Amino acid sequence: MHILETDALTRCFGKLKAVDAFTVSVEAGEVFGLLGPNGAGKTTVIKMLTTLLPPTSGTAGVGGFDVVRHARDVRRIIGYVPQMLSADGTLSGYENLLVFAKLYDLPRAERESRVRGALALMGLADAADRLVRTYSGGMIRRLEIAQSMLHEPKVLFLDEPTIGLDPLARQAVWERIEELRAGFGTTILLTTHYMEEADGLCNRVAIMHLGKVRAIGTPAELKASVGGDGTTLEDVFVHYVGAMLESGGTYRETSRTRRTARRLG
Amino acid sequence: MRPQELVARLGGWADPVLLRLPGKFAAAVAQFAYKTAVITEVEARKLRHDPTELITRALQPALWLLVFGQVFTRLRAIPTGDLRYIDFMAPGILAQSVLFIAIFYGISIIWERDLGIVHKFLASPTPRAALVLGKALSASVRGLSQAVIIYVLAFFLGVKVCWNPLALAGVFSTVILGAALFSTLSLIIACLVKTRERFMGIGQVMTMPLFFASNAIYPIAMMPKWLQVISRINPLTYEVDALRAMMLAGGTSSFGLWLDLGVLLAAAAVLVAVAARLYPNVVR
Repeated sequence: MHILETDALTRCFGKLKAVDAFTVSVEAGEVFGLLGPNGAGKTTVIKMLTTLLPPTSGTAGVGGFDVVRHARDVRRIIGYVPQMLSADGTLSGYENLLVFAKLYDLPRAERESRVRGALALMGLADAADRLVRTYSGGMIRRLEIAQSMLHEPKVLFLDEPTIGLDPLARQAVWERIEELRAGFGTTILLTTHYMEEADGLCNRVAIMHLGKVRAIGTPAELKASVGGDGTTLEDVFVHYVGAMLESGGTYRETSRTRRTARRLG
Repeated sequence: MRPQELVARLGGWADPVLLRLPGKFAAAVAQFAYKTAVITEVEARKLRHDPTELITRALQPALWLLVFGQVFTRLRAIPTGDLRYIDFMAPGILAQSVLFIAIFYGISIIWERDLGIVHKFLASPTPRAALVLGKALSASVRGLSQAVIIYVLAFFLGVKVCWNPLALAGVFSTVILGAALFSTLSLIIACLVKTRERFMGIGQVMTMPLFFASNAIYPIAMMPKWLQVISRINPLTYEVDALRAMMLAGGTSSFGLWLDLGVLLAAAAVLVAVAARLYPNVVR
């Protein structure tokens, strides 16, 4: 059985089809990448899969639960790190996690040790009791990933997990994602527009453009489909999406992305 | 025969639904209360890290009582019967300062939406109504700090305060209820308008009629007929009426304390239900 399955998932905003008949199946334990330029519909797909946005048509199931009819069950088994900064700067790292440990009904007796454990796993043990305001961008992202893993979700959604991070911080986040997959067998769906990130982390990727999936497969398959030796995922991307034209991203999205990048950077 | 034995005798058919239902219901209520408390705890922790907001908030009610209150007490321009004006207005200013805190509370949702915090809470298995009520009650925590400040001011200004513990408990409960009510109203507005600029505009526009079309600083009897009608549907009027009855020594309620509290409770419940439905819209 596929742990994540969508069938012609579609979302319209007014006349605009933000996501058009998105159909994929993801195996348990897979790291699946959604690639695409700004405005391709990646975040909209994630919002539908995390039950934040009802689809206009089509269906999606996570862990065997329908995202519309069994939203509560879906929420119990997923973890989610939004693209924007989602840790609360006015609380300590420990408190940020404690709140979610309570909301996900972690047993009282295990709560403290699991929160401390998650912080240690993400290399934040020393900073646990500092206000998140004082963290660096990379630390905040790692904190957010720690929080999303607390309840050991079956599927983890990471929306642009490394946006605005410097190369070192990005490397650290990649290593943690790799560890989660290896250690817990977590299925991970991530969006990115960094090609080397997708190439290094993902078992399979889907390239989206203007709401539609243009290509889907393993990085190697996609490279082979486009050209011979020496083809990079970058070349594949350009082949399917065309040269990076200004294709989306409203003023508000741009200002949000920039602000997130600045706060994280 | 003990109930357990009865169940055993009746066998499988009676047991499942009927007898477990109250237990299940109680568990669901307990779960809901717990999740609500967690959301309130978040805000309480923030206040503990940075309590400056509570102190700066004390300024406005102090100015109202010291300047406006002193002048109008001396003028005797407002007929308040046997009550001195400063006694009459002290509960009104308490209600007002709680209203001012609560009515702009919704903007925090817009901030948190812009950051991505709301997304995370909505993707968790927390009931929407618990998210809303938890937020509303954290406005109540701020409201309580106002109540403490106003009691201190009232003491120094010689307001005839009723210090009966039961009356104090009543005042504090009314403050909690009033803050929850108006902060939920504020959340609803935030969910509808979605941007800070529009929210601030509407917040300003709402505050004036809520405050002035109420019995907070003058009796309803002074108002023209049409304004009296508006005052009677304004929940703030009932909050002030309840506060006046319980905060002052020998205070009385015009509408009856139970009616006051009933109106506040019913209005808060309806607003929480509406807000819980609208809340997910913030991230769409």
